[in-house]
Amino acid sequence: MFSFTSIKNYHQFLAANTNGCVATVNNYLNIIKQKQHLNAFLEVFETDALQQAMLLDEKRKQGKPLGKLHGVIVAIKDVLCYKGHKVSAASKILENYTAVYNATAIEKLLKEDAIIIGRNNCDEFAMGSSNENSAYGVVKNALNENLVPGGSSGGSAVAVQAGMCMVSLGSDTGGSVRQPADFCGIVGLKPTYGRISRYGLIAYASSFDQIGIFANNVEDVALVLETIAGADEFDSTVSQQSIEEYSNLNTPSNKKYKIAYFKEMLEHDALDSEIKNSIQQYIQQLKNDGHEVEAVDFDLLKYIVPTYYVLTTAEASSNLSRFDGIKYGYRSTPTNNNLTDLYKNTRSKGFGKEVQRRIMLGTFVLSAGYYDAYFTKAQQVRNILYTKTKEIFKTFDAVIAPTVPSTAFPIGSASNNPVEMFLADIYTVYANLVGIPGISIPLFKHSNGMPFGLQVMANHFNELTLLSLSKNMMELK
Amino acid sequence: MQVTNEMINNLAHLSRLNFNEEQTQSIKADLEKMIAFVEQLNEVNTTGVEPLLHMGDAVNVLREDEIKGSINRNEALLNASDTDGVFFKVPKVIKK
Repeated sequence: MFSFTSIKNYHQFLAANTNGCVATVNNYLNIIKQKQHLNAFLEVFETDALQQAMLLDEKRKQGKPLGKLHGVIVAIKDVLCYKGHKVSAASKILENYTAVYNATAIEKLLKEDAIIIGRNNCDEFAMGSSNENSAYGVVKNALNENLVPGGSSGGSAVAVQAGMCMVSLGSDTGGSVRQPADFCGIVGLKPTYGRISRYGLIAYASSFDQIGIFANNVEDVALVLETIAGADEFDSTVSQQSIEEYSNLNTPSNKKYKIAYFKEMLEHDALDSEIKNSIQQYIQQLKNDGHEVEAVDFDLLKYIVPTYYVLTTAEASSNLSRFDGIKYGYRSTPTNNNLTDLYKNTRSKGFGKEVQRRIMLGTFVLSAGYYDAYFTKAQQVRNILYTKTKEIFKTFDAVIAPTVPSTAFPIGSASNNPVEMFLADIYTVYANLVGIPGISIPLFKHSNGMPFGLQVMANHFNELTLLSLSKNMMELK
Repeated sequence: MQVTNEMINNLAHLSRLNFNEEQTQSIKADLEKMIAFVEQLNEVNTTGVEPLLHMGDAVNVLREDEIKGSINRNEALLNASDTDGVFFKVPKVIKK
């Protein structure tokens, strides 16, 4: 029986096995069934996956050219449109919605022969840090089923962690790929804002959202990124910059980097002391290995989460106004056959509590009389952060930080205080606020038995440096 | 900032949401906490700083204006809960 370690190794297996794709899909369908209780999948695309596998096996038999992701088993977060398949954003309001077109990322996966095996559970509209806000139940962390997998892309993280797919796609607005990767002990990348087209990604906060990638190793992340990145006529905010050959990570392992870390991040009260110690020791190890690692002041740390919440909730309140019960999705019966009541009833019944809370805050910061004091103010702080970041990357190749202040926490333990939950994002929202790429790599294990990651960030569109350094770090471990 | 019931009712209307009495009290308490949290931004000196309006490096991405299809009518109506096969249906908005 084939046991997956990397896409490269899987392709060697396929070269020697004529029915390799079908056998592999069947194998993964079995694993998904066995681990159904983790609730990582909202739907498994069994028939389509098997059919695609048959076509791909046939393609190899006929000696046709093969796609970069030939036969690779991919799971997708329930916010990505895959034509003819349901996509619900883990919300009741989109419970029976069928995608009428492919997201560009999905189109590119299919074009390179990937097999999409199913859609993953997540927090409703990608709002949350524990996957407990899904309208379809919590996802369990496969390493300890009493713990959360992180969020919002919790199902996609667990699907890779538990071997239910080879790689998966999530989305990262404030850490929703890096944080669950940290909690689950896998690799999670959020590329530069605009590196991957957002066409067909259900929007949360459009100036923050970016599709992200989960895998077991950096090379697989790089290959998927190379496949799905790049210009797209359906997204005018995507970058026109050409895609570098990310999968060619043959940087000499003795290459030395200049790395910064923010003192305030390592000294923050909320940071678990063991995580802090591990990262401090790791910094020493990097120095011993010949890298230059320097502490940099970051006195704005306290303000990044407030800035993030003002801007993302504002964008969400605007983006989510399209869910009105008319054009698609759930529709409630109006009490007195009045259109405004129809909207209100539909949205109140269709959206969960956290989503409604964020829409309300977003409406507040955008409302007359408060717009300048809250929304414009946050945009100004965002500009200060952006300028400071550009300054840092004039001197440094990368910035390292913890990914999350703690390891995975118990299901049901999160406070109902919205503000306390916000602080779980303290290390990840920075990359989204300034648009830089960030990755969480599973380097550490806590004495409580759970893994945790190191977050590495690089300059805009410098994924090649980010991935090369991450690969070296995984090997240095 | 003091959040009043009136503010909640106004924001709920703008957001096209309904809250009953109990929910109003709960969202009021939550909003107060969230607003107090984001008000920390007042401590940052932003005098003379332009607001950052656009993320990313794409500026005026132009293309030829060609006539192309997108989705057909059947697909457009596929997910609607009430249609007459040609149009979306809504409660009557124009009164006699």
